[in-house]
Amino acid sequence: MKNYNSLIFELSKEGRKAYSLPPCDVPDISLDSVIPPSLMRDSEPELPEVSEVDVVRHFTNLSNKNYGVDTGFYPLGSCTMKYNPKINEDMANLSGFSNIHPLQPEATVQGALKLMYELDGMLSEISGMDRVSLQPAAGAHGELTGLMIIKAYHESRGDKKRKKIIVPDSAHGTNPASAAVAGFEIVEIESDKNGAVDLDRLKAVLSDEIAGLMLTNPSTLGLFEKNIKQIADLVHEAGGLLYYDGANANAIMGIARPGDMGFDVIHLNLHKTFSTPHGGGGPGSGPVGVKSELARFLPVPVIEKKGDSYILDYDRPDSIGKVKSFYGNFGVAVKAYAYILSMGGEGLTDVSRKAVLNANYMMSKLKKYYELPIDQVCKHEFVLSGLLENDNHIATLDVAKRLLDYGYHPPTIYFPLIVNNAIMIEPTETESLETLDSFIDVMIKIAEEAKEAPDILKTAPHGTVVRRIDEAKAARSLILKWDGTYLHKE
Amino acid sequence: MHRYLPHTEDDERLMLESIGAKSTDDLFTDIPRELRLGRKLNLNNSLSEIELSDHMKGLSNKNKSSDNLICFLGAGAYDHFIPSVVKHLAMRSEFYTAYTPYQPEISQGTLQAIFEYQTMICSLTGMDVTNASMYDGATACVEAAMMAVENARRSSIIVSRTVHPEVRKVLKSYMRFRDVEVIEADMADGITDVEKLKPLVEAGTARVIVQNPNFFGIIEDLTEIEKMVHANKALLIDYADPISLGILKSPGESGVDIVAGEGQSLGNSLSFGGPYLGFLATTSKLMRKMPGRIVGQSEDADDKRAFVLTLQAREQHIRRYKATSNICSNQGLNALAAAIYMTTMGKKGLKEVAEQSAKKAHYAMKQLTSSGKFKPLFNKPFFKEFAVMGETPAGKINDELLKHNILGGFELNNEYPELKNGLLICVTEKRTKAQIDKLAQEMEVV
Repeated sequence: MKNYNSLIFELSKEGRKAYSLPPCDVPDISLDSVIPPSLMRDSEPELPEVSEVDVVRHFTNLSNKNYGVDTGFYPLGSCTMKYNPKINEDMANLSGFSNIHPLQPEATVQGALKLMYELDGMLSEISGMDRVSLQPAAGAHGELTGLMIIKAYHESRGDKKRKKIIVPDSAHGTNPASAAVAGFEIVEIESDKNGAVDLDRLKAVLSDEIAGLMLTNPSTLGLFEKNIKQIADLVHEAGGLLYYDGANANAIMGIARPGDMGFDVIHLNLHKTFSTPHGGGGPGSGPVGVKSELARFLPVPVIEKKGDSYILDYDRPDSIGKVKSFYGNFGVAVKAYAYILSMGGEGLTDVSRKAVLNANYMMSKLKKYYELPIDQVCKHEFVLSGLLENDNHIATLDVAKRLLDYGYHPPTIYFPLIVNNAIMIEPTETESLETLDSFIDVMIKIAEEAKEAPDILKTAPHGTVVRRIDEAKAARSLILKWDGTYLHKE
Repeated sequence: MHRYLPHTEDDERLMLESIGAKSTDDLFTDIPRELRLGRKLNLNNSLSEIELSDHMKGLSNKNKSSDNLICFLGAGAYDHFIPSVVKHLAMRSEFYTAYTPYQPEISQGTLQAIFEYQTMICSLTGMDVTNASMYDGATACVEAAMMAVENARRSSIIVSRTVHPEVRKVLKSYMRFRDVEVIEADMADGITDVEKLKPLVEAGTARVIVQNPNFFGIIEDLTEIEKMVHANKALLIDYADPISLGILKSPGESGVDIVAGEGQSLGNSLSFGGPYLGFLATTSKLMRKMPGRIVGQSEDADDKRAFVLTLQAREQHIRRYKATSNICSNQGLNALAAAIYMTTMGKKGLKEVAEQSAKKAHYAMKQLTSSGKFKPLFNKPFFKEFAVMGETPAGKINDELLKHNILGGFELNNEYPELKNGLLICVTEKRTKAQIDKLAQEMEVV
């Protein structure tokens, strides 16, 4: 089935169908008699006409061309590709969760509201914050929501000058983009030689125009920001707030908390730290947590407990409003809640300890073959800078593509931007010693191939369903939908 | 040991030796002592699968699902039929445990499915190009608005009051922080008041958002609005219901510039409001302004057809502080479900879903208003939702209906104070004549 190369439209045959509906049992009317024909469409939309077996085989064949965490090791730095427990999917699919309408009366959704209220409490405890909103749908959405809260806070104090957000040059690309969308100007500061915030450079840009600082801790280099307390004090003294990008929270659960480090607003990624699957690009969930003095700015509704009942509280005049329909990606929240219950407090702490153990183990092995720009204890991930010996000019991309041939998903590459030829490896805690060793062996083998058979790397991958794809051609020809004319080549 | 953590004590010892550390604690010495939690997290103890499952079922049973209730509630989230194959295929773990397809050679499944999704959304909406999906309908509409604002470089936007209240709320939050003024255009008899819209557009606001079918289920005739908007060099954004496009004139045919909408109805469960997917489609002219991921067709080194993310220069991780959207992820799995749904229903099925919904809704309207106790709130053509009103407050009617396990309509006075006692009823193809008759009967005796 490796050669399966049909588009669903190419299987379509007039008259076939894959659905069944009961006969319409109300007295028949002509729709033309109730809807003016000028408002109706002239021709049917061009959707496929296939049988049910066609649908099943087509999408099964497509799935076989995909690589997921269930397929194998996925050390994609910054993305925390840990195992996604099956039971969580079952729980989210319980009819009492999956078949409830968001606008049902509160009395008929008490279980859902209780779950959300309790998850707020759990995430608050883990992060050291006071209240958490589950409304943002993704990490970047959480950032935007958090920045809106920061802006609303300053505006509520009549402090209208604060239009700038400081973002380190090591930050995730979404940080500056979210700040721009929230209407801020971005002040980028250069990191020091260890990839940490440079205190002098920070001091130089702090002023009464600064609304806040966005920071990831551990940083995108996988290193703990040791000066975080000082950084927080400096920003607070200048009247700014601290925003925590929770992408790397998997390193510190039960060990340290952003709330105790001085962060005022945070987001967490349920699809990273809390095991919910990435879904090939979503749905994610990026809850936002705040300290109590900022809770009045959280998006509406906030779930509150009143006596024995849970309610959706919309009566919050200082709220930034809504950032998404309804209450967020509830189905994702159910899975994260189930995960936290499965792990328990001590289990979550163990998660972070094992994630850090795995990363340090891999780093200790791989630094003999790949350049390690900053050699110190890392947290849940580490960043290499290409091959140690590289006379044949092998690109990081070539190493990544060669890993595909060995059956692995490659690490994140060329990020963070401050490391040349970056290879960012995050093993996560759910991987065994044997899995790590096999991957390490392959990385060593590739380092040898780089010396002895560089062309194998430069033309990799060789064994995948497709080989390297011409991205320039895609951007040039811009075929963004099936045009019905392409006859596929064999 | 926990079932998700594979490390034995021996493994741990071996690994620490390799690192040169005495204990795992040594790996955390870089965290200043005063910042360490120094206590256990105040959370539950780890639950076994049986305990977890019991606990979750306990919570789930505290909710009344559409298995227990006959649903006549819509207002942006719809109880449409979902064929069994959708869940089976979307839940193949090669799909749902994958990340964003940044390594196309091992992500052709996700990439091709999105390409097919894009093709089908373009066909439904009659637009040239669409992206790989957005968070939900409301945020897709906001992104459409931001595209238009960016395009015209003028800082106000008009939105009709017949657009979903949730969408307008999300729009207002976003625009508040971008210093873009949101002007609401009034309505008359349940549709956008064209006479009142006119001076607003002529005053120079360069973009207008309408919804079709609108929040009240009414099919708005966009002909006049389209002419007016384009005569003033403005852009028209339509918030559309994808199911309705099985029979209704497509936004493309109506000359719309950007279409946004909520795609939940396309094979995604109600799930208490999420995860859903937003769709966003536009013209070739505006393509490069469109945010989000897009999949394009190309070829691999052996000239074999292959798919890859394209036009990435538009995206936030490249543009960073120059970005006009911070969208990073899409709702990949929900878009996949939508693609499988559209494939399964196909050309005839989607049309039949739309027709049955419309016919059943019209039957329901007739039954509910036959005695004269309830009157149609508006006299306009509608699709699958319609508003009625009587002497009794909508809340009281819904309370009574709930006693008979009927989930009543949306209480309009919550969002439109002037529509006192108004109830917005939604009827999908899943409702039967008997259920509709029961609704009419119970409402008659409230």
